[in-house]
Amino acid sequence: MSYAIEMRHIRKEFPGIVANDDVTLQVKEGEIHALFGENGAGKSTLMNILFGLYQPDAGEIYVKGQKVKISDPNEANRLGIGMVHQHFMLIDKFTVAENIVLGSEPTRGGKLDMNQAVRMVRELSDRYGLDVDPLKKVEDITIGMQQRVEILKTLYRGSDILIFDEPTAVLTPIEIKELMDIMKRLVREGKSIILITHKLKEIFEVSDRCTVIRLGKVIGTVNISETNPSRLAEMMVGRKVRTPVNDTPYAPKEKVLEVKGLTVLDNRKVPAVRQLDLEVHGGEILGIAGVDGNGQTELIEAIAGLRHVQEGQIKLNGQDITGRRTRKIVEAGLGYIPEDRQKHGLILDFTISENMVLQTYYRGPYARAGVLNHKVMARKAKQLIQAFDVRTPSEKTLARSLSGGNQQKVVIAREMDRSPALLMAAQPTRGLDLGAIEFIHNQLLEEKQKGKAVLLVSFELDEILHLSDRIAVIYEGRIMDIVKPKETNENELGLLMAGRKEARRQA
Amino acid sequence: MIQRFMNGKLYPLFVPLISVVLGLFFGALIMLAGGYHPILAYQSIFESVFLQPYYTGETIRTMIPLVLSGLAVAFAFRTGLFNIGVEGQLLAGWFVSVAAAILCDGWPKILLLPLSILAGAAAGAVWGLIPGFLKARFKVHEVISTIMMNYIALYTTNYLIKHYLYTEGERTPTIPDAASLASATLSHLTQGSRLHWGFIVALLAGLLMWFILWQTTRGYELRAVGFSPDAAGYAGMNVGRNILLSMTFSGMFAGLAGAMEGLGTYQYMMINPAFVGIGFSGIAVALLGMNTSLGVFLAGALFATLQTGGLTMQSEAGVPIELINIVIALIIFLVGSSYIIQLVLNRLAKRGEKR
Repeated sequence: MSYAIEMRHIRKEFPGIVANDDVTLQVKEGEIHALFGENGAGKSTLMNILFGLYQPDAGEIYVKGQKVKISDPNEANRLGIGMVHQHFMLIDKFTVAENIVLGSEPTRGGKLDMNQAVRMVRELSDRYGLDVDPLKKVEDITIGMQQRVEILKTLYRGSDILIFDEPTAVLTPIEIKELMDIMKRLVREGKSIILITHKLKEIFEVSDRCTVIRLGKVIGTVNISETNPSRLAEMMVGRKVRTPVNDTPYAPKEKVLEVKGLTVLDNRKVPAVRQLDLEVHGGEILGIAGVDGNGQTELIEAIAGLRHVQEGQIKLNGQDITGRRTRKIVEAGLGYIPEDRQKHGLILDFTISENMVLQTYYRGPYARAGVLNHKVMARKAKQLIQAFDVRTPSEKTLARSLSGGNQQKVVIAREMDRSPALLMAAQPTRGLDLGAIEFIHNQLLEEKQKGKAVLLVSFELDEILHLSDRIAVIYEGRIMDIVKPKETNENELGLLMAGRKEARRQA
Repeated sequence: MIQRFMNGKLYPLFVPLISVVLGLFFGALIMLAGGYHPILAYQSIFESVFLQPYYTGETIRTMIPLVLSGLAVAFAFRTGLFNIGVEGQLLAGWFVSVAAAILCDGWPKILLLPLSILAGAAAGAVWGLIPGFLKARFKVHEVISTIMMNYIALYTTNYLIKHYLYTEGERTPTIPDAASLASATLSHLTQGSRLHWGFIVALLAGLLMWFILWQTTRGYELRAVGFSPDAAGYAGMNVGRNILLSMTFSGMFAGLAGAMEGLGTYQYMMINPAFVGIGFSGIAVALLGMNTSLGVFLAGALFATLQTGGLTMQSEAGVPIELINIVIALIIFLVGSSYIIQLVLNRLAKRGEKR
C-alpha cells in the first residue's frame, strides 16, 4: 500500500507546550482522510509542518514514498501539496482568473497572457465541476465561490494532495453540501484530501478514514465505515459526550417578545425583513432556521436597537421598545449573544473583568457617581469565571488571549448573569469544539427552565432541531412557517428554507 | 532569561527604552561621521541640564507644554482618534488665555489667573470639539479636519492679534501680573530661568487624564470606543458622543499647553509666521510615552532635556543643534518601527530557548 503522505513520529514544541507529540499520520492515495480534534489539539500545527510553515523538532515526512524535507510552502507546492485556507487569501479587486494565476502567471513573449489564464482556469473548473466564472471579480462572488477559487488555486499549481482547513466554518448548509460533492469528485479524479475539522457530520459524510488527535497526541486512526459518531466524539474529547437535547416539557408562559409587521432595511437600503411577525414566550426556545442572508441578522439587530426599524412594532416584556436606544432595550430585559463575538461581543483589548460589565459598568455596584469600583468588578469577574468555567490565568487577562470557546463563555456568562427576560443567541456555537458546544447548549436549556425566553438563530439545523421548542423558518425576510421539532425533519426544513411552503403538506 | 523578561511586566517599557538608547547611539555615529565628539556632546547636555540650575529650570519650562500636548494626543488616541490638531488647539488656547487676561485687566489674581487658564482650556476644547463633531456626525476623518483646523487657528490668531490686540514687536501687549504664572522665586532658584508655576498645571493634568481614563465610567466608555467602536455600540454605548467628548478633552489639554506659553513662558502672544511646533512634538511625546500619563511625563522630560541641552552642546562641544533634532527624529523613528525591535527580541528568545 502506498501512502500519498506519511508523517512519522512528528514532534513539535512551542514555549511551554508540546503541540505535536509523536504524531504519525498516514494518508492513502485517493482517500479523504479526516483530521479530527478539538481546537488547540494540534491539527493546525501538524498541517503547518506538512505545508512547510513550521519545521518539526523530530520525525520524518514521506511524500509518495520519498523521504522529503519541506522547508517552506513553495517546496510543499513543488511536492504537490496544496492548502485551502480557512481564511481566504484572495485579492478582492482582482478577477477570479487573476487571483488563481497570481505568482505563476502564463506569459507570452514576456507579457502576461490573460486569455491563456482564463482558458486554463475554465478548463480546470469544468474538469472538477467547480462552476466558477474566471472573469468575475472576487468581491462580487459568494463566500462559497471564493472557496472554490482557493481550491482552483491549488489545482492550478498541480497539487495532488489537498489540505482543507476547517472548510465549512464559513459556509451555509447548501454550500456545505456542494463542497462535499466537490471533494468527492476531486478524489474520483485521483486527488488525495486531508480534511481538518471538528464537525462529526462532515467526517461521516465524506471521509474514508479518520485520525483523531487530542492534546497533541494521536488517539487512533479508524475506518469511518467501522465506527459511529458517538465513539469518535468520545475519542476526541476523552470522555462520553452527551448531546444536550431539549427534553423538558413545553410549557410556554407569558409573551416576552412580540414583533409585529416589522420591516427593516439592510445596508444597501433594501428591505431585508418584510412585515415579519414573531412571538417568543417565557419558558421556550424559539429557533430561527434559515439560510444565511435571509434577514436573520437584520431582525436581531432591529430587536437590539442597532438597526433602524422602518415599519412595525417590537415589544419586550409588554414595553414598546421600537426605535429605542440599545441601552434602554438592554435595561428593559434583553440579553444578546452576537454572531461575531470578537467584533461585537467583546472588547478584545479589555480584560475579562472589564468585559464582564460591558453593559452594566455605569450602574451600582460597579460605579458610583461616575467612578468605577475596580474591586467589585474583579470580584464579579472571578465569580463568573468560576461559575462558567472560563479557562484563564486570571480576571486581568485580556479577552484577546483567550481561546474562542472561552471568549464565548465570557459573553454568555455576562449576558446570563444579568438574568434577562429575553436571551437572543446568534450562532452561539459557531467555530467552537464539542466540549464548548455541549456547555453552551446546556446553558441555553437552563435559561428555558428558569422560565426565560430564548431566541436562537443558527445555520446549523442540528442545533435548531435539538434545542428548539418551536422552529420558525425565515426566508427572504418573512417567517415561512413555524413548526415543532418533533413533527418535522431536515428535509421539510430544507424545503421551507428554500422558500417552498407546499412542502409542509407533502412531508 | 530573555524569555522570562518578555513575559514580565516590564516588557512593554522595553521598546521605548531601547529606542532611546539606539537613538542616542546612532546619533553618536552621525556625530562621529561629521567629525564631532559625541561623548563630549552628550556630556555637555547632561552637565548643563543636571548640574546648572538655569538649564534645569529651562528644561522643566520646556517640558510643561510638551507634556500637556503629549497628554492631548494620548487622550484622543485612547479613543482611537489621531488628533493632529494639537498645534491648532494650542494656538487657540494661547490666544484666548492671553486675550482674557488683557480684557479682564484689573481683576484680582485669585479670579483672573484661574479665569485665564480656564479660558485657554475652553478655547482648545472648542477647537477640538469641532473636528470631533464632524467625525461623529458626518464621519469626516479627524486627521484631515484637524490638520485644516491647525491652519485656521494659525491665521485666525495672527489676524486677531494684528487687528485687535497689537502692540510694538509684532505681538500682543504683555498680560497683567494678576494673570501671570511667572514666579520670581522660581526664577531666582534657577538662576534666572523662565520656569513658572505651570508645572503644577501639567502635573494636575496628568493626574486628571489618568483618573478620567482609568477610574471613571466615562473613561471606560472612551477606551471601549477606542478599542472597538462596534462592540461598544453593541453594548449600548453612544459612540458618536464619546468621539466628541474625547476630542473635546484632548483639545482642552492642548489649550492648557497654549495657556502655559501665554501666561507662563512669554506673558504675551506673538504673531507666528509659522507653526510653533509644540503641538506636533506632542505626537512624538505621546508615542514614546505609550499614551500613558507617566510615560508622557518621562518622554516630555527626555525631549525637553535634549532640546535645552542641545543649546549648550552647540556652545560647549561645537556640535550643531540640528544634530539633536536628528537624535529626536531617530528615537521617534525607532519607536514607530517597534515591530522590528520586537522581531529581533523574539528571535533572540527563540535562540536562547534552543540552547
